[in-house]
Amino acid sequence: MTEAAGPAAPGGAPLLEVRHLVQEFVLRDYGGAKGGVLQAVADVSFDLNSGETLGIVGETGSGKSTLARSVIQAPPPKHGSVIFEGKDLVGMSHRAMKPVRRDLQMVFQDPFTSLDPKWTVSRIVAEPLVAYGVGSRAERRERVNSLLDLVGLDPGGYGGRRPRELSGGQAQRVAIARALVLEPKLILCDEPVSSLDVLVQAQVLNLFERLRSDLRLSYLFIAHDLAMVKQVSDRIAVMYLGKLCEIGPVRDIYRRPLHPYTLALLDSIPNPDPSAGRRESAHVISGELPSPLNPPSGCRFRTRCPRAQERCAQEAPELRSLGTEGHLVACHFPLIDVSGPRREPAAVSG
Amino acid sequence: MADPLLDVTDLRVRFGSRGRAVHAVQGISFTIEPGQTMAIIGESGSGKTVSAYALMGLLPRTAQVSGSIRFKGIEVVGLGEKALQDHRGRNVAMVFQNPERSLNPTMKVGSQITEAIRRHLSMSREQAHERAVALLRTVRIPAAERRFHEYPHQLSGGMRQRVIIAIALACEPALLIADEATTALDVTTQAQIMNLLLDLQQELGTALLMISHDLALAASYAEEVMVMYAGRIVEQAAAPDLFGNVRMPYTRALLDAIPRTDTEPHMLLPVIGGRPPDLSAISPGCSFAPRCPEARQDCRQRIPPLEQHEMDHWWACWHPCGKETAS
Repeated sequence: MTEAAGPAAPGGAPLLEVRHLVQEFVLRDYGGAKGGVLQAVADVSFDLNSGETLGIVGETGSGKSTLARSVIQAPPPKHGSVIFEGKDLVGMSHRAMKPVRRDLQMVFQDPFTSLDPKWTVSRIVAEPLVAYGVGSRAERRERVNSLLDLVGLDPGGYGGRRPRELSGGQAQRVAIARALVLEPKLILCDEPVSSLDVLVQAQVLNLFERLRSDLRLSYLFIAHDLAMVKQVSDRIAVMYLGKLCEIGPVRDIYRRPLHPYTLALLDSIPNPDPSAGRRESAHVISGELPSPLNPPSGCRFRTRCPRAQERCAQEAPELRSLGTEGHLVACHFPLIDVSGPRREPAAVSG
Repeated sequence: MADPLLDVTDLRVRFGSRGRAVHAVQGISFTIEPGQTMAIIGESGSGKTVSAYALMGLLPRTAQVSGSIRFKGIEVVGLGEKALQDHRGRNVAMVFQNPERSLNPTMKVGSQITEAIRRHLSMSREQAHERAVALLRTVRIPAAERRFHEYPHQLSGGMRQRVIIAIALACEPALLIADEATTALDVTTQAQIMNLLLDLQQELGTALLMISHDLALAASYAEEVMVMYAGRIVEQAAAPDLFGNVRMPYTRALLDAIPRTDTEPHMLLPVIGGRPPDLSAISPGCSFAPRCPEARQDCRQRIPPLEQHEMDHWWACWHPCGKETAS
């Protein structure tokens, strides 16, 4: 067994252990000829403890959504293992998966496309209970009402509505209620607040945080913005082109980022503080995500990295422990040589 | 002092009639000077996009527009379609939110730029081609000559947004409106595009009107910021002043709700409840009063006017933050 990307669980095995996860998609040219293999997730390993939240951050195309989908086996990954409560989900039969899926739920980005437009709110939230044959009709109704109440929707006023009669924030609350109705242990949230207005976004982020502490939930919380995941997360993983570049406790990632890409992500967040002044050309990384069909040799970030050197092209950096405990980084030249890496001027083109 | 580039006075936009009229914009006034960077901030439904469409003359016929929009001294409200087509592109151009939907998927990128050029400027095909390639270089697209012959699907989201900016700049407009131009993009790409817009503004002297829901983005890039709520401007000031001395409780709420990287994890964000009001029913008081933590009796009875209370700082509130003296 290789080094686990994360601290050991205080008591017993972690809730979720992901090891060497690889997910590939075969692209087809005209006529079905094999056009190439796209490696969306390339050898990713991490642990998630019970009651803990791991925030996963990366740009579009970094493989963060594919990673979440591989965890719930939709579709199953190409290689590697996903051990949830001691059982490996990879290669499990459909029948064996069914009870496991109860404990693994998902909340998606766009609530309107993830809710059936013709169903009422009550029916949407009750569906998982019906599917798993939980309780009598009356018990189910009671459970649905208590959950709508929990996510801040009045069951009397909203239970009979259909998704189009809801605002974006309300629809996302319904999606959260549906994910919670079977009392899962782990919820995978794929950009759950990205499509919402600032004020609604804050309300829903607070809801996630409240449910986490009240129900002792674990989340895999995916976002494209480091600011978004800070509130709910205990640890943060940063992904780039299918690989983990950095993973560590929240405080270390934000105060002492070790990977140049993490620093670039932090510096791209617009700052509402007026003393920060106009950004002009601050530490913005140039260029775009390279094609995942033909990733750069060595370190995948090297084509955009201000610190890249000869070695980065030849040798792919492995995740290694650096700084505080549980802080891992995959970089040959991490940001440790200066006292305050946050303020180090990243020499970039622009 | 010379005339402002754009002078908007008491702009009102109403949709529908009699039974259920929606008052999307309820009397806004502002000016934009040549070369200025202005931002309009607001939630969905606050009227910011409708205002921008009014400036472009792009509103559907069902919209009833009143008030005045003077561009370089010429009135835009009530202009005929032919004159409006000249106004768009040459005077004002717009960059929309969704780069996928604003480009024609069946046309090569270059043809879409030359189309815009030849529509407004009398140029030969060759001249237009040359200008289009130059524009692609202006928006920092590498290998411009090759990209000219590519289709939108061959470009990434950031590249497509650059092409749209190139189209918008084709006729050197005096004002560029960016309507949530970076919302659909990644943070790193967003920073690239915003820096590009500011660089181009310096090079070409174009005024920029950013429309966004993101207060932090406006704080970082705009000189002056207007905050809209329920069809009205509720606070307006230079960016450092606005964010340093917030007066309107709504702006305060927006600012507090931004997730920040310098707070402790697992802290709840300060939020206000409620939703923006229904714009088909006009309330007698401040439209923010039902959600406002500072609301008193008078807020529900009289609409606070937008007035200049401090040097270049305007707000519409009876009980502004940080101004509570014994009264």
